[in-house]
Amino acid sequence: MSATALPAPAAIRVAASPVSSPLALAVGRFRSRPVAVAGLAVVLIFVLVAALAPVITPYSPIATSWSAIRKAPSVAHWMGTDENGRDVLARVMFGAQASLLAGVISVMIAAGIGVPLGLISGFFRGTADALIGRIADAMLSCPFLILAIALAAFLGPSLENAMIAIGVTAAPVFMRVARGATLDAATNEYVEAARALGNPKWRVAIRHILPNIVPPVMVQATLAIAQAIIAEASLSFLGLGQQPPDPSWGSMLNAAQRFLTQAPWLAIFPGAAIFLAVLAFNLVGDGLRDALDPRAR
Amino acid sequence: MGSHFNRRLAQVVPTILLVSILVFGLQQLMPGDPALVLAGETPDPQVIAQIRTELWLDRPLPIQYLHWIGNVLQGNLGFSWRIREPVAQLILTKLPVTAQLAVMAFVIAVMIGVPAGVLSAVKRNTVFDYAASAIGLAGLSTPNFWLGIMLILLVSVQLGWLPPSGYVPLTEDWRQSLATTIMPAFVLGNAIAAVLMRHTRSAMLTAMGQDYVRTARAKGLRERIVVIHHALRNALVPVVTLGALELGTLLSGAVLTEQVFSIPGFGKMIVDAVFNRDYPVVQGVVLVTATVYILLNLLADALYVLINPRMRAT
Repeated sequence: MSATALPAPAAIRVAASPVSSPLALAVGRFRSRPVAVAGLAVVLIFVLVAALAPVITPYSPIATSWSAIRKAPSVAHWMGTDENGRDVLARVMFGAQASLLAGVISVMIAAGIGVPLGLISGFFRGTADALIGRIADAMLSCPFLILAIALAAFLGPSLENAMIAIGVTAAPVFMRVARGATLDAATNEYVEAARALGNPKWRVAIRHILPNIVPPVMVQATLAIAQAIIAEASLSFLGLGQQPPDPSWGSMLNAAQRFLTQAPWLAIFPGAAIFLAVLAFNLVGDGLRDALDPRAR
Repeated sequence: MGSHFNRRLAQVVPTILLVSILVFGLQQLMPGDPALVLAGETPDPQVIAQIRTELWLDRPLPIQYLHWIGNVLQGNLGFSWRIREPVAQLILTKLPVTAQLAVMAFVIAVMIGVPAGVLSAVKRNTVFDYAASAIGLAGLSTPNFWLGIMLILLVSVQLGWLPPSGYVPLTEDWRQSLATTIMPAFVLGNAIAAVLMRHTRSAMLTAMGQDYVRTARAKGLRERIVVIHHALRNALVPVVTLGALELGTLLSGAVLTEQVFSIPGFGKMIVDAVFNRDYPVVQGVVLVTATVYILLNLLADALYVLINPRMRAT
């Protein structure tokens, strides 16, 4: 009896070995996907370039030079110069600041509006759920860019207003994701236990439900940054985002259209930057989805 | 058609009403007084007062809304502040242009997306599958206005094959019309093709694992017949509805594509209206696109029920 009660040494070692946390498991799964890791590396390079742009490039993104108008790519100007003699590489680097900022801030606005509403909707149900759901439906039935353009138009053209317009337009998607995750989490036994112990509703929602909706919201946020970068570029392309002379990838492409035959490099590089940044965020988002929710594979 | 469809039909009216409140609310975001904008450079207080009365701007907001929605329901979307023409009429003249572009884009998207999705499901985990996924992801990550500019650079400027911009109506000269719209339609269709490919691939993979496919194979049918007649027919059901959801992407994309290719459609109209501060046109376009989108989704639902006999019983 006593012999069976004493665990074998090997079993002790197994029991004592550290159990991987869900986070460690997710990191491991993410790292096992080389494409996602490559995407993350590209995102980090963009962040570094945006942050260090003033240090890396010797050129100002807005200083014009009449002696260097529309020069093709060369050793002095790797991506050539634009119609005002400005260095395109410097403008692409500083443009990364506008694009990344717009991507991150508009997603923060979208999540800031959508997640609390989704949590309320999914947790409290009833009238609040019906009302919030219908408003989200109405917003989702307006094509994304058309609603963002209308909002940006009524708010007035500027980068800040473009971020607000994109953020508000993207909020219903976050609401839907948060609501779905809340409904899912609310069926967990520990949530029922927390309720049964007499915790107030808001406490159960914040302490027990909210941590569960973080992973799907994070996945959505990464993919939404990619969409927000395209949306900001689109609004700036139309003249509703970043205003000249400050650089933005979208407004650079707008200006480039007029010189397609004489200076095609003006259109190639900013567009390639948008493509690469968006692709990188999409790859990270896909990788995160697989890492955080292996069932969705 | 079943109660599912009736339920959806009942949801449509409140959603459109909410959209109208949203669109009406947009005007409240506008800095300053619309009457001041309309009065022009030298505002005369008497003129401003007259405009305020004419536009019901001196009434409480709910009354203003009821007046506006009453007009909308009678097909009156107000007057363009700039060219003094009825907004509804302006929209009606632009709609066929965007509709032509949208239909062509959708056909291109289906022609690329569905076969690519079927092939990558049939040849799962092969080089073809990976290449199709990579191209699909690249398609989703390419801003369509950049793709448009690059195509103009290659096809029009370098090769001189197609006109870089402009539009000829289908009724005037169908060949010229196709020549002016094929590039923008491809640009618009490209992103949707990528989404359709993903949907088709996953729907096909589900269908290929079903018992009826195994039965069809066990009967000794050729793989090609199994794939096309048995798996694809069932896989297309979710693809149709999910494809309809992409109409929003199409309408959003049309704004930029029409701008790049100078096509005088719906999208170009909203951008021009924004820059001319022609707010009734902006509101009209948002309201009409949202309504069209909601109704097309309803139509997709009806199609879903028609294609899928199991839905009819519920």
